[in-house]
Amino acid sequence: MLLQRFFVRLLTMLVTLFGVAVVVFVVIRVAPGDPIAMMLPPGASNDDIARLRALYGLDKSIVQQFFIWFGGVLHGNFGTSISLRQDVLGLVFNRLPATLELATVALLMAIAIGVTAAILGARSRGSAVEAGIDIASGATLSIPDFLWGLVLILLFGVLVPVFDISGRVSPQLDLPFATQFYLAESILRLRFDLTWDLLKHMLMPAVALALPLAAIIAQLLKQSLKEVLDLDYVVLARVKGFSETQVILREALKNAVLPTLTLVGVQFTFLIGGTVIVERLFSYEGLGNMAIDAVIDRDLPLIQGIVLVFALLFVLINLAVDMTYALLNPRLRHG
Amino acid sequence: MDEASVAGRGLSPRLWLAGGWLLLALLAAIFAPLIAPQDPLAQDLMLERLPPFWLDGAEPGYWLGTDSLGRDLLSRLIFGGRIAFIVAFAAATSACLLGSALGLIAGYFGGWPDRIISRIVDVWMAFPPVLFAILLVAVLGTGLSSVILAIAIIDWTRFCRVIRAEAMSQARMDYVESARIAGYGRMGIMLREVLPNVLPSVVALLSLEMGIAVIVEAILSFVNLSISTDDPTWGSIIAEGRLSIHQAWWVLVFPLITLILTVLSFSQFGEALKARFDPVLR
Repeated sequence: MLLQRFFVRLLTMLVTLFGVAVVVFVVIRVAPGDPIAMMLPPGASNDDIARLRALYGLDKSIVQQFFIWFGGVLHGNFGTSISLRQDVLGLVFNRLPATLELATVALLMAIAIGVTAAILGARSRGSAVEAGIDIASGATLSIPDFLWGLVLILLFGVLVPVFDISGRVSPQLDLPFATQFYLAESILRLRFDLTWDLLKHMLMPAVALALPLAAIIAQLLKQSLKEVLDLDYVVLARVKGFSETQVILREALKNAVLPTLTLVGVQFTFLIGGTVIVERLFSYEGLGNMAIDAVIDRDLPLIQGIVLVFALLFVLINLAVDMTYALLNPRLRHG
Repeated sequence: MDEASVAGRGLSPRLWLAGGWLLLALLAAIFAPLIAPQDPLAQDLMLERLPPFWLDGAEPGYWLGTDSLGRDLLSRLIFGGRIAFIVAFAAATSACLLGSALGLIAGYFGGWPDRIISRIVDVWMAFPPVLFAILLVAVLGTGLSSVILAIAIIDWTRFCRVIRAEAMSQARMDYVESARIAGYGRMGIMLREVLPNVLPSVVALLSLEMGIAVIVEAILSFVNLSISTDDPTWGSIIAEGRLSIHQAWWVLVFPLITLILTVLSFSQFGEALKARFDPVLR
């Protein structure tokens, strides 16, 4: 049953990805403006233009172009970036780790803040503390990551300049890293001076991304906790002399977490989508920042590659969440 | 009934504050040429980076100070509001019409129309929305209508998903069955019976979407892809403020406050409407 569900999801996922590939290809090809013209110096001959068009396959019909490109994609060949003259897949893999690290740190922060607020609110239900958490999470939720980023830049970049608001790492540092996963590698190599520098750069964009998600987690988990806390077994635990915090942590939390888990999965894809503008805001050298440059430069192969990689991330996360939910939920496991 | 009055009392100050701000901003935008103290485009390098009125060095008539080209910030914010509200109303309405129509069809008819529309929604949800918006505007060319079109093309799925679910549950209700027995056609039932019942959700979503449209426009202006660079928009003022943040913080602070108040107001308004219409909460 579970396996069948997995394969159905996998198939849907492939159809979705193919749809994304078609949409992005069509959208880009209807674009006015000739990308080839931008690559050549002024005064290039018509022969040069024709040769370059043939090189990038732009002289064929749009359906042919799509299948040539898509066939390449299936073999891991995403083409060559027009503005950077490098392999698209290489460029994407070079930037993806920065974005993944940022998104992961943001997710962990959102969970930490959200769960703490939810427990605090459930523990003191009906009090001013709970009302405060409700108002704070409501307002936090309504303000998108872009605006949070700007608020943080003002507060901690200008008013109290304690964190870096630009870049991924201090440029004067010597980086001994073999991969682009700087944060993970700095921890593994025990170079905590570098970890600190990376975190100082990452903290503000990560908080901007985390706050709306933290608010959602706080609201939903608090609601589930309050429902569970009225159930018999929790009352029994309380009678046995456990404190309210112990009751929540040891008994209620694991039974209240399932609805929140599904939501966090979906919201995590929104968070990753948010990295595009937040990275721009903080000049963080990730995939999103490169995507905006690619659009401005009309770098078609690069845009296609980046959008596909984002789409792949999104559907993989949804698949993982769906499967986790099915595994944890006994009704689906045995259904 | 008791709970309704409690909920009503809890909401109304928020609703009044939100509505008040939106009305103020809207009126300021409509009557911008009459209200704005200065020409929003007039540059004067003698007046560059004047601070707001309560700080030393401020000039009378330039209440919120000036940017690095000596343009009056308050006037630019007031004129920027015009673009923000035009985009909010036009883009949200377009997204709403497109999404609600497809959602109604998918939810009410089910079967293959539902499968096709749901697949398209899946594909749309796999795009990072901001990147999609930037890409579309780059393709469509900058300009007000491109921005509106791009937002509508991206955000119709929000309406479609909610309306589809609503229409599905409504379609199973007794009154729809009675209408069918009474001999109404499917289209007639959908427009006459189902549509009025999903309308409250649509109105609430519409208000939320207006806030989202304002943000998307600001983001597009921020990356310099919205309307022409001459006209002030909240996003282009923010982009300017981000650059001169260490010399003139007010160029970032005031548009940011304006944007936050507007977005909060739209979402509070939407929440309040949803609470008012939602039978479970009522």
